Amino acid sequence: MSEHLLEVRGLKAEVEDTEILRGIDLTVDAGTTHVIMGPNGAGKSTFGSTIMGDPRYQKTGGTILFDGEDITEESTDKIAKKGMFLSFQNPIEVPGITLSNFIRTSLEQRTGQHIRVWDFKKELDKTMELLQMDPSYAERDLNVGFSGGEKKKAEILQLLMLKPSLAILDETDSGLDVDAVRTVSEGVEAYKKTVGGALLIITHSTRILESLKVDETHILVDGKIVENGDASLVDEINANGFERFM
Amino acid sequence: MKEKTYVEDIDRSLYDFRNEDKDAYRLEEGLTPDIVRQISKEKNDPEWMLDFRLKSLETYHKIPVPDWGPSIEGLDMDHIVTYVRPKDNKMQQSWEDVPEEIKDTFTKLGIPQAEHKSLAGVGAQYDSELVYHNVKEEVAAQGVIYTDLESALHGEYADMIKSHFMKLVPPTDHKFAALHGAVWSGGSFVYVPPGVSVEIPLQSYFRLNAAGAGQFEHTLIIVDENAYLHFIEGCSAPKYNVANLHAGCVELYVGKNSTLRYSTIENWSKNMYNLNTKRAKVEEGGKVEWVSGSFGSHVSYLYPMSVLNGEGARAEFSGVTFAGKGQNLDTGTKVLHNAKNTSSYINTRSISKDGGISTFRSSVVVTKKAEGSKAAVSCQSLMLDDISRSDTIPAMDIRTKDCDIGHEAKIGRISDETVFYLMSRGMNEEDARALIVSGFAENVGKELPLEYAVEMNNLIRLEMVGAIG
Repeated sequence: MSEHLLEVRGLKAEVEDTEILRGIDLTVDAGTTHVIMGPNGAGKSTFGSTIMGDPRYQKTGGTILFDGEDITEESTDKIAKKGMFLSFQNPIEVPGITLSNFIRTSLEQRTGQHIRVWDFKKELDKTMELLQMDPSYAERDLNVGFSGGEKKKAEILQLLMLKPSLAILDETDSGLDVDAVRTVSEGVEAYKKTVGGALLIITHSTRILESLKVDETHILVDGKIVENGDASLVDEINANGFERFM
Repeated sequence: MKEKTYVEDIDRSLYDFRNEDKDAYRLEEGLTPDIVRQISKEKNDPEWMLDFRLKSLETYHKIPVPDWGPSIEGLDMDHIVTYVRPKDNKMQQSWEDVPEEIKDTFTKLGIPQAEHKSLAGVGAQYDSELVYHNVKEEVAAQGVIYTDLESALHGEYADMIKSHFMKLVPPTDHKFAALHGAVWSGGSFVYVPPGVSVEIPLQSYFRLNAAGAGQFEHTLIIVDENAYLHFIEGCSAPKYNVANLHAGCVELYVGKNSTLRYSTIENWSKNMYNLNTKRAKVEEGGKVEWVSGSFGSHVSYLYPMSVLNGEGARAEFSGVTFAGKGQNLDTGTKVLHNAKNTSSYINTRSISKDGGISTFRSSVVVTKKAEGSKAAVSCQSLMLDDISRSDTIPAMDIRTKDCDIGHEAKIGRISDETVFYLMSRGMNEEDARALIVSGFAENVGKELPLEYAVEMNNLIRLEMVGAIG
């Protein structure tokens, strides 16, 4: 029985016969913050989606243990219910359900319990205020017509409301202006503080990391992790880029 | 690969209960002048109506079956019972007085509850006859008439009915309009006087319980000048192994500067041939708004038509059609721009699944005198698998240069990425797909009163998941 929160062993995955992940090992302990960096096209987003059970990627080898259970063949909804969360790089517009109803439905799915509307609304309002989101967004259809910044904030709002034990943030800071990055960072900090969950941050820039204490850094190049290090590795990448790993 | 959930046939138990009709009065099967005379006698028709019926029957025999749409070979008119009167039938104004079994049916369908909560008046038809009709006192006090057509034929409005009945949809229009003219029974008559705005909707619900029978209700609505009405029509039936037929007719007269919204959620069982005709004539500055959800039936031919007859008249059509296994639904709309500065907006969604066929068919005609008119058609289709089919047949006949016409069509599939996104928050695959389809049908959902939008989403869920959760 593993004591780690997430344990990925030799993970291989392909899409339409093209191998993208070529044997990845990674261990994340509860409450820690990990960063995955790498050049464009290295397979960073694929890695995040594959752990979350995205059926578009075929797993061709390896195992994924989450909270001590083998989730390699598990469906995405079951993985989510076990406490994993993926913040999307490009959140999808879904007409037909409001942001507020979506979060409440998701919460009920995760906990298996009916949630009192009043309590939910109070927490939602508070959290939206923290993220400087206009409360009217709660009653708008999920991501429909949201700006890029509002979509990312809506992802962090879901993160804070759903309180997962592991949050994978896929390029959450990309395409955001300075103010929006700050707000989103504050949201992520709040998640660390109040939920105490683990973070796996996928990024190719470092803006979102400035206010976070990073425990481990992993460099992903061409479908493999080529270097593991601590927070100082982030600074090195900042200074010299990925060249020496390629 | 993960296993995909596949639902072979859906559980329609919510709509699929049926009552024995052993005590009901049924005419013989088939279609002869004698049968038409009997119906006329049963209904105590005025003389002109009997003549009208018999003439319609002659017309029926002269017109061929349409050869351009889905096959209706399974429909054998020699075996359709055209008239079934529920037992102890008398139209009641209190649910207490409606026979127990029938009352149960409508209670299961939620009709008395809806009336209590959110409707200005309700009519309920069971097989060939209205069993219940009631309108709120304050609405009646505004001079609004909402009653069954039969009694209206003998009352104060007899002449008005005579001058409007099947004038918009003449029996010569097509074979099933002729059939309707011959054997029509039941339905509603609504008259809204000038300047009256009916704030909450009226509703008629049509339930066909008898096996192998036809339902031929006639809805006639006259909205006088500067008035407003929202009328809702619902229909359902239990499933039988024999063919049932619905050939109703809806005629709407929208007066000067008036608005009539006509909403339908149709959920006939999947042995039903739904050959229904609906038409509205809109006068100067008036507007008709069709909101149409087609979910049931084996075969449908349904194209509500708007005749824009006065300057500045407008039509809006929002429709959604969902064709599942064994269904061939040919739906759409027609607009005739026949006056200056008229405008129409058509916005439809069709969904097909499990081998279902969904065809969108529209016709927009702009006559020479309709200068300055605008028409926009937007149709989108969603195919949920590789064995289903979706066709789009938009026809346009434009006779003036001075007009603005637009058309767009899209055909697509559910995106895997969207399903993944929803599932990543804990929603299961079936729910995620049902949600996406409901979202796709939002053009109609957002136009319906809340209770009906919920019912529509339940129907979608039923089709997608196989049970109401």
